[in-house]
Amino acid sequence: MKQTRRTALQVAGGVGAYAALVSIGLFRPGQANAFEVSGAFKTQGVAATLKALGVEGAAESADVVINAPDIAENGAVVPVGVSSRIPNTESIALLVEKNPNALAGTYDVSGIEPQINMRIKMGQSSDVVAIVKADGKYYMTRKEIKVTLGGCGG
Amino acid sequence: MADPMKIRARLNGDVADVRVLMAHEMETGQRKDSAGNVIPAWYISEVKAELNGKTVMKANWGPAIAKNPYMQFNVPGAKAGDKIVITWVDNRGDTRTDEAIIK
Repeated sequence: MKQTRRTALQVAGGVGAYAALVSIGLFRPGQANAFEVSGAFKTQGVAATLKALGVEGAAESADVVINAPDIAENGAVVPVGVSSRIPNTESIALLVEKNPNALAGTYDVSGIEPQINMRIKMGQSSDVVAIVKADGKYYMTRKEIKVTLGGCGG
Repeated sequence: MADPMKIRARLNGDVADVRVLMAHEMETGQRKDSAGNVIPAWYISEVKAELNGKTVMKANWGPAIAKNPYMQFNVPGAKAGDKIVITWVDNRGDTRTDEAIIK
């Protein structure tokens, strides 16, 4: 398709408007896609999933807290809460190390308090890993949850 | 159309405590039926929460979220009477939107 002058101007105007919003802080770049989730739900293991998420150099931090039981009786429903005390927390991801695909979910929390409670499935006893992105940096923490009845079996 | 969500939004100071319970099978794609055929994955892949039309939270889920997903989070800067709207989309393209008024 031949691009007319008018559409070219509209496109340029759109980009300019977005740049203006970025500059005044309404849209932080990367806010819409805090984690690269497209391929990350298919990977196995924590290391490969972190790579697929675009997470590099995540530092262990005591300011990321996983609130979950030490022993879950039923792996099909494991209540897990993740909260962050790191300022400017943008997003939270939760991984289960020994699930068939490690990534359980990602949350863009820029409009809410940096804390989320959910229920996940766990195939077997495993570490759960929480990743927090704040100011473009990554922080992580992990916690072991023992499962007495798996949630992914057939 | 899927069953409605249960949404409870309660004000605590100026922070709304939002609890959502969705009705969804959340099939993992790992299980097999009695004939040994894999049951295809069927799960909610995206969730969005809006406060008075402004998106405050977005989530991407895999099948490892438990069946009939439950979610709790706190939305700051809320007032009584504000509207919380939750939308989900599953991997079959089915979608559901429900709303609640903050009390």
